[in-house]
Amino acid sequence: MIFWQLFIAFLEVGAFAFGGGYAALPLIEQVAVNRYHWLTLTEMTDIIALSQVTPGPIALNAATFVGTRVAGFPGAIVASLAAVLPQTLFLLFLGWFMFYGGRTTAIDRALKGLRPGITGLIAAATVSMFISTFIIATGPLTIDWIAAAAFLIVIVLRIRKVSLTKLIFLGAGLGLAGGLIEHLVRP
Amino acid sequence: MSFWQFFLTIFKISSITFGGGYTIVPVIREEFVCKRCLLTDEEMVDLIALAQSAPGPIAVGTALLTGYKLKGRTGAVLGVLAAILPPLLIISALFFVYEAFASNYWVRAALRGMSGAITAVMIFAVYAMARQCLTRHRIFSGLLMLSAFLVGLLTSINTGLVILALGLAGFLAFTFIPQERIP
Repeated sequence: MIFWQLFIAFLEVGAFAFGGGYAALPLIEQVAVNRYHWLTLTEMTDIIALSQVTPGPIALNAATFVGTRVAGFPGAIVASLAAVLPQTLFLLFLGWFMFYGGRTTAIDRALKGLRPGITGLIAAATVSMFISTFIIATGPLTIDWIAAAAFLIVIVLRIRKVSLTKLIFLGAGLGLAGGLIEHLVRP
Repeated sequence: MSFWQFFLTIFKISSITFGGGYTIVPVIREEFVCKRCLLTDEEMVDLIALAQSAPGPIAVGTALLTGYKLKGRTGAVLGVLAAILPPLLIISALFFVYEAFASNYWVRAALRGMSGAITAVMIFAVYAMARQCLTRHRIFSGLLMLSAFLVGLLTSINTGLVILALGLAGFLAFTFIPQERIP
């Protein structure tokens, strides 16, 4: 039964993808490409590209894509729910401890190490984003001037407390405007 | 904040955070810490840390725990649903045109601008979080922050393991050393 297969496959992806994002990729490849042949490697690469231009985590995008391909929209729902089920159960349990279990000292102590550590990890992710956003990887070292302009404008506006939603849409608008300029000046 | 408001807020956040991973952090912070004052910066860092100790996407875990903290178990489940619905709808809708969409010139151009914008707001979120973490036990926290930063930037060690090590470091240090002697 195809729904059951989808469910089990993405349950596995959801249960073992610690750290989110790119941690999920090898798992998805193993399950959807190698084991069940729901995708080719090229399609897998396409999904990664698609994930970068659509909102949402890559694991969920892949689950939806594979689910839709194999069993239509219901398949997408089954695969997505399976992908978040292990996480949901685990965090309901952990959250209960945290918020209602009288916050054991053990969790409190662990959090004293986790708080600065997570901040460090997010800072590292920000630096990686900074590099991959501004430097165009192909050819000689080139700065992506569209991203750089959006970055600088948003920094200034953020200091003036403009709301985030507006800034993200502004980023999209600036990108389109920059794209239009590049389109017009291109020989 | 009502259940419906909470659902809509997470739905909105999930619809505008591109690129996955930690990009949800500044947006969640703005909605729940800055605008509505429902969480403190420290509580938010705790939720992200906890979300990271489970498998699965960070955005979903953070939405779940935010819901749990603010609205109980129903809130937790609503958080998960609101977080997975936008990608579910968008990817199903784009399924038949994905190739054209992902390589479209204008989509790419908009994304270049958005990436610049998101990187900028991430810097503000990291700054606020770092300041918060360094109020007490500055040297201990600073060392852990620096180590995690370097490991995250320079190695490809699984984040799950890094989280485990950080939790252990905190647990061991504060179990075996009297708190007032940790710098």
